[in-house]
Amino acid sequence: MSGHGASSLAHWAERIRAAAAGRSHLRLRGGGSKDFYGCGPDAGNPDTLGTRDYAGIVAYEPTELVVTARCGTPLAELEAVLAEQGQSLAFEPPHFGSEATVGGCVAAGLSGPRRAQAGALRDFVLGVKMLDGNGDLLTFGGQVMKNVAGYDVPRLLAGSLGTLGLIAEVSLKVLPLPVAEHTLRFELAQQEALDLLNRWGGRPLPISASAWRGDALHVRFSGAAAAVGAAANSLVGLGGQPVAAAEASAFWHSLREQTHAFFAGDAPLWRLAVPSTTPVLAVDGMRSDAQLVEWGGAQRWLRGEGDHAAAIRALATEAGGHATLFRGDAATRASSGAFQPLSAPLLRLHRNLKAAFDPRGVFNPGRLYPEF
Amino acid sequence: MSIDNEIGAPRCVVGRRQLIAQLRTVLPPHCLLIEEEELRPYECDGLTAYRQLPSLVALPENEAQAQAALEICAALNAPVVPRGAATGLSGGAMPHRDGVVVSLAKLKRIVKLDPLARTAVVQPGVRNLAVSEAAAPYGLYYAPDPSSQIACTIGGNVAENSGGVHCLKYGLTVHNVLRVRGLTVDGEIVEFGNAALDAPGYDLLALMNGSEGMLALITEVTVKLTPKPELAQVVLASFDEVTKAGDAVAGIIAAGIIPAGLEMMDKKATHAVEPYVNAGYDMDAEAILLCESDGTPEEVAEEIARMKAVLEHSGASGIRVSQNEAERLKFWAGRKAAFPAVGRITPDYLCMDGTIPRKNLARMLVAIAEMEVRYGLRCANVFHAGDGNLHPLIMYDANVPGQLDLATAFGAEILELSVELGGTITGEHGVGIEKIGQMCAQFSPDELDLFRRLKRAFDPGGLLNPGKAIPAAARCREYRLTRGAAPLAGSVR
Ligand SMILES: Cc1cc2nc3c(=O)[nH]c(=O)nc-3n(C[C@H](O)[C@H](O)[C@H](O)COP(=O)(O)OP(=O)(O)OC[C@H]3O[C@@H](n4cnc5c(N)ncnc54)[C@H](O)[C@@H]3O)c2cc1C
Repeated sequence: MSGHGASSLAHWAERIRAAAAGRSHLRLRGGGSKDFYGCGPDAGNPDTLGTRDYAGIVAYEPTELVVTARCGTPLAELEAVLAEQGQSLAFEPPHFGSEATVGGCVAAGLSGPRRAQAGALRDFVLGVKMLDGNGDLLTFGGQVMKNVAGYDVPRLLAGSLGTLGLIAEVSLKVLPLPVAEHTLRFELAQQEALDLLNRWGGRPLPISASAWRGDALHVRFSGAAAAVGAAANSLVGLGGQPVAAAEASAFWHSLREQTHAFFAGDAPLWRLAVPSTTPVLAVDGMRSDAQLVEWGGAQRWLRGEGDHAAAIRALATEAGGHATLFRGDAATRASSGAFQPLSAPLLRLHRNLKAAFDPRGVFNPGRLYPEF
Repeated sequence: MSIDNEIGAPRCVVGRRQLIAQLRTVLPPHCLLIEEEELRPYECDGLTAYRQLPSLVALPENEAQAQAALEICAALNAPVVPRGAATGLSGGAMPHRDGVVVSLAKLKRIVKLDPLARTAVVQPGVRNLAVSEAAAPYGLYYAPDPSSQIACTIGGNVAENSGGVHCLKYGLTVHNVLRVRGLTVDGEIVEFGNAALDAPGYDLLALMNGSEGMLALITEVTVKLTPKPELAQVVLASFDEVTKAGDAVAGIIAAGIIPAGLEMMDKKATHAVEPYVNAGYDMDAEAILLCESDGTPEEVAEEIARMKAVLEHSGASGIRVSQNEAERLKFWAGRKAAFPAVGRITPDYLCMDGTIPRKNLARMLVAIAEMEVRYGLRCANVFHAGDGNLHPLIMYDANVPGQLDLATAFGAEILELSVELGGTITGEHGVGIEKIGQMCAQFSPDELDLFRRLKRAFDPGGLLNPGKAIPAAARCREYRLTRGAAPLAGSVR
């Protein structure tokens, strides 16, 4: 395996150097489960560099709470290995298909239902081995929990959508699986749900996920059996109905993987990251019931046909956050951009950083922003 | 040690008089320090072995003044060294001979505290503890708690990505900050992150954490506030062998427990601390562990029982559980006062900050004991054991010729061993000037070159905190020659 691994890294480095010399582009791709995410992955007519062959868990010591895996490792395989040891990726990354790889997961930087409690993917990235745009193999961070030697390149790569370099190997912090989980369902309107979630957020309750959709709020508690039981009991008085374990687990899975009915169909899907206390959002011309709220109110999903990009982005900015066109057809993504446009100074810094990591602009041109 | 050849240190010296004249137009008279006796208190930070008088000290009272001062420094090519409370232990805030120290000490207002959203917007000069004090009436607090929290500032915390004794469970600064507002080197206002949980584009917010004042001057920070747990209790365990204590740490994690804090002190540390704070530590123990649980009373009872079982199994010679909040704080007081306590029993000390995989704790302790003999210096050990972060305190006397050099060599050997054991030279104190040589051991020339490119993406002229954290290529060539060794990087990580 390692002989094969070393040769694929050397081979990739050669391809990167050749592309840099010839001013051509490479499209980095793991399992392709997130092809839909970001803008025009085909800008600049790139060759595809697939990473799936460079796979395998390099090191895993449960007592160190760290796993190191090669980029092509199937995410499902990694999670299965962790589960055998009673551990998990606490940020519950969405797979969006069985082909999802670890490298793609980190490059996309997405987190699932437990994000508000456990932290985001980037919070768990401890180290990377990467190939930069010169084809140099570089290692940053490591396998330890605390490391401030040099700039935090590993976290910078999380969510960079392959535009800064090829993530060859990554070390992630892992955590024990919660001993107990319990889900309650409340019948509530969205604003009532938001109010409650924020009030509960100020109390030390072990809330590990929350979702409001169609007049019902689901709240999941995770942790020690005693804590989960006590917390759930303290809220039952407010009308919370226990949800059976299997049903609850299927429900949270359907949010994480966007297989829930809310996500069906072709209408553009907007993701708004806003302060959790932001009141119910209303966009002119969009149905007010086509919304799903997660992360204690900090993540809002909106759906609706038509071009609402400007209104949605203005709304998100006004609230202090930003909006992503998470899913949409290529034309809409091209016209609206997938991600909220950057301020002038930030755009300049982005371009400079891109040039620092990938001076010839080899990797994934236009995937994050059309400007680089 | 010369810092002149480090990355971007400007070659042409600025006309001091011109700088003063221009800064006077944007800063009130009491906000610009010029005379040597005024500058003297700024000559070092917590790493007192390294001193340098700055050319000037600016103390802006608001962001606009800071911005105007930066614009002038940029135009005149004057280095800028940001400074918070100067509790830093790696010389990150040590002045530049030709530069302006920009102290954020006057920016100490809590701009806004939103109990419902559980966030606080604070100026960079706000002290870490002041945030928790302001949040306390709402049952909230700011989780990262460096032992210097009475004094150190949020700006400094972000610049160093500081940790505390509770960061195993609650995270480092980077995990508890939502937004950083700052000024680029030429005085442009930038916002990294926002009021939401993430921001579009590259994660520049993460990058700001631990950037040691080299990428931007921080002028405002939005921090996350955490609900205070209902109850916290700490177990104080004694061990008759340090290796047993090290193994107990791994045992706790292996049992699937993430303690709210997991700290270790060896006998030399407890013997320094006990007469100073009367924490009630076992003076016969070779090492003690502090292992904390927090949460609901039910949860804490359950977890403490599991912790005690592991500690007993690992051969603890004594176990006490704090019976009330006063006793809990007393047990912690010893740990939190460890540095000043050691400072009382030795004229000077160097505090190391390597981090290693937990499984190697015992091995490191044995190696340090051997080094004490070889260097003829004492070393007390205080560890954030839960995350493998070591603070060996090497005791020396700067007035004895040669002792500082010996202590420095002792420290360097610990750091290099940290890298060799799969760890890093700094877990939370930063590289600064202190560990800049060891950066050459941890990183390859290509990796260091990427750091330099990254730095230039923010600061092409190299004016922000020059000479810190990222070594010049020439220094590393020299380092490798004198060490007679190939870089460790790559082979061991
Ligand atoms: C007794 C003692 C105990 C300590 N315990 C801990 C501990 O438990 N955990 C821990 O992590 N650290 C600890 N430290 C180290 C130190 O307190 C931290 O590094 C702290 O974050 C430094 O904050 P400061 O305000 O003093 O920053 P300073 O020392 O003034 O500066 C530190 C760095 O930040 C930069 N900086 C400061 N303000 C800004 C700004 N506004 N914008 C940009 N850059 C800025 C400076 O240029 C410098 O590079 C301890 C120190 C002491 C003396």
